[in-house]
Amino acid sequence: MDAHAHAADDHHEIEIPYTVHPRPDTGVYNGKLGIWLFLASEVMLFGALFSTLILLRTSAPVWLHGWQVLNVPLATLNTFILIGSSVTVVLAWANLRLGNLKKGKIFLLLTLLCGLGFMVIKSIEYGTKFSHHLYPSTNNFYATYYVMTGLHGLHVLGGMVVFAYLLLTADKWYAEKRDQYTNRVEVTGLYWHFVDLVWIFLFPILYLL
Amino acid sequence: MPPKRQVRVGNQWMRAREAQRALEEAFRVAQAEESAHGPQQSFLRKYVFSVDHKWIGIQYGITALVFLMLGFSMMLLMRYQLAWPGQPFHPWIAKFLGQANAPGGVMLPEFYNQLGAMHGTVMVFLAIVPLAVGAFGNYVVPLQIGAPDMAFPKLNMMSYWVYLPGGLLMLSSFLMPGGAANSGWTSYPPLSIIATDGQTVWILGMVLLITSSLLGSINFIVTIFQLRAKGLSFMRMPFFVWAQLITAFLLLLAFPPLEAAAVLQLMDRVAGTSFFMPSGLVVSGTPLTNAGGGNPLLWQHLFWFLAHPEVYVLILPGMGIISEVIANNTRKPLWGYKSLVGAGVFLGFMSFVVWAHHMFLTGMGTAISAFFQTTTMIISIPSVVILTALILSLWGASIRFTVPMMFALAFLPMFGIGGLTGLPLGLAAADIHLHDTYYVIGHFHYVVAPGTIFAMFAGIYYWFPKATGRQLNEFWGKVHFWGSLIAINGVFAPMFLQGLAGVSRRLYDGGAQYAHAKPILHTNVFMSVSAFILLAFQLPFIINFFYSMFKGRRVVSNVWDATTLEWAATTSPPLGHGNFAVAPVVYRGPYEYSVPGHPTDFFPQNEPEDATPPAPATHGGMLPAGAVAQKES
Repeated sequence: MDAHAHAADDHHEIEIPYTVHPRPDTGVYNGKLGIWLFLASEVMLFGALFSTLILLRTSAPVWLHGWQVLNVPLATLNTFILIGSSVTVVLAWANLRLGNLKKGKIFLLLTLLCGLGFMVIKSIEYGTKFSHHLYPSTNNFYATYYVMTGLHGLHVLGGMVVFAYLLLTADKWYAEKRDQYTNRVEVTGLYWHFVDLVWIFLFPILYLL
Repeated sequence: MPPKRQVRVGNQWMRAREAQRALEEAFRVAQAEESAHGPQQSFLRKYVFSVDHKWIGIQYGITALVFLMLGFSMMLLMRYQLAWPGQPFHPWIAKFLGQANAPGGVMLPEFYNQLGAMHGTVMVFLAIVPLAVGAFGNYVVPLQIGAPDMAFPKLNMMSYWVYLPGGLLMLSSFLMPGGAANSGWTSYPPLSIIATDGQTVWILGMVLLITSSLLGSINFIVTIFQLRAKGLSFMRMPFFVWAQLITAFLLLLAFPPLEAAAVLQLMDRVAGTSFFMPSGLVVSGTPLTNAGGGNPLLWQHLFWFLAHPEVYVLILPGMGIISEVIANNTRKPLWGYKSLVGAGVFLGFMSFVVWAHHMFLTGMGTAISAFFQTTTMIISIPSVVILTALILSLWGASIRFTVPMMFALAFLPMFGIGGLTGLPLGLAAADIHLHDTYYVIGHFHYVVAPGTIFAMFAGIYYWFPKATGRQLNEFWGKVHFWGSLIAINGVFAPMFLQGLAGVSRRLYDGGAQYAHAKPILHTNVFMSVSAFILLAFQLPFIINFFYSMFKGRRVVSNVWDATTLEWAATTSPPLGHGNFAVAPVVYRGPYEYSVPGHPTDFFPQNEPEDATPPAPATHGGMLPAGAVAQKES
């Protein structure tokens, strides 16, 4: 993403078209198309994992029920936290678009904190399971539970790293390249919605069914 | 009538030697101008962590060619063992392999398995795909669409710098206790789960390689959608760009399931899970302690969901290169450009619904088999359309037998053999007999070796003048071509006979202990000798490649009189990081050769209708873009 930033500092290198403003016939700027393609590949990644879960579960003689062994209240709380963070990230972007940097930063911070809250709750869940000697190797229910929530957790963590970066560079970027900065928030927001969406699928399938 | 031994440069006839001197001089001036006015870059930024798609393409190309040679060497070791089972290697080779792998110079079966698994992995993931996509795609696509660079130059650099560590990690697994991965390039569980630690390194290497192609594919698609020059609509794109676009979509959507599968296999190996491990497995007399309940077939489904589209990743860029070379050397438009594009897109879609034809023998049931054999028969149609269009393009042409064209012409029947021999494998009934025999090996090697690799050679000979400003030696190119063509058929054609006779693949002794293999076993020696001859005929290429890079004949920018943008709108080699001094504008389709009424037999895409060629400017001190240097006999 920051290709352009560095290329620009690097003794006036070449200019890549449509980095910031949309190309008229495709209607998107480069980063936005890029993130949609990335999300398409993510759909395939999680699609493969969901297929794995379905295949293992349907062929298993016994399969644990999530609502009997997993902590549903905590996961429900996490669901609401993530949905909330999807709202805050949109508000951050909208405020930045409207020229309100301060509010935008507050909402970015809130999004980051939501992500942090999600991870804390997730680690409490994991910790409890570990303390009961329930590991990925225990059975295939726990194996899929740990792998799918773990991979999702890594995605949340990745999003948090980007949000932290966006917060730290906000003032400088917003002053110098406002459109580009706002685009970055938008693109990260798209990714964040996807991470949220994956959880919306994970929650009922792992915890409720 | 031009005098003998003279060449035409621009509108002037001059002696060959003088022309060379003039071209060298013109290039020196242009280079000096560029280095005086262009950006000053540090060595690291320019050559190591470059963000210039052209240099990254060259990095990919050289690295992939080295891996290609490594994969080839592994195969040579195996072929020696197959032809002369139990015979010791030459002491030098034995010493290099070490006592652990080849005690007394005789290869151990375990080491043979490592070589087998690594040959496949190296060739597919480290050599062919990086060469076809990373090198040719990177170098040519932005030039052909008139873009200043890829859409995300930093990401492009990162793709390479994830690919290289992935490859080195993969190779380093030979140093692990128990050696490299040895469960075949398909890594079927449960064998791969209980295999030695090399398999873990294999998985980690794969994760890096998958990440690399993921970054690359996003970059290609965005570049092609967003950075096409003015006037370059989709149906004016060269077929090579189409091929790369379809390939990028395949990589984007097919690789993630393998990434998921790799994560699951990693968990099975290091965290003791049982995704792919069925209950009640007993290994060497000891029951396994893992929870069980997993499904080994799940891996096969996830693996082939990638690996079948991967087959088209291997062949599509090759077809793209062949199309460019054929159009250029037949001096007429490709026959059925629209059909080519349509077939390519259809091929891409269909490649996602044929994967289980690799699994007919897993007992997945006749209904599923019937479905997948039907889709497999359907997908052969677009391949036939593409091949037919390319063959028909030759009809009535006065063909220029340049070296790239010779490789392209050889590609057609070679890929034809590879493709047609695939049909019996796609039919469940025939596959029962042929599955996992040398017939399969023969089939896909015909597609990939004299198919794709010949296409890669065609591409190298064709675009070498673009990348270096110099031409590869024609004579040694022809030696390379004829030697390779004959030897490579010697390697792979007998495999069909062996396979029909029922000789299984992956046999350490080549089938010596099987009675039914006896009558056909002598072909092993013939194949192995052919393989060593094939090696010998690569030497002229390697020497030619490096010699010509520095000392080859200097040529004008558009040496092949081509119409596409990479030749028409920029110098060869392109100087600096900007590609085009002035952003090119496209006025017509990619293959406007021999247009009636046009003064030359090629009408570049960027040449306005009313301009009188050669078109001026946009070449930074070099000779005009329309300039030609031709030997006149």
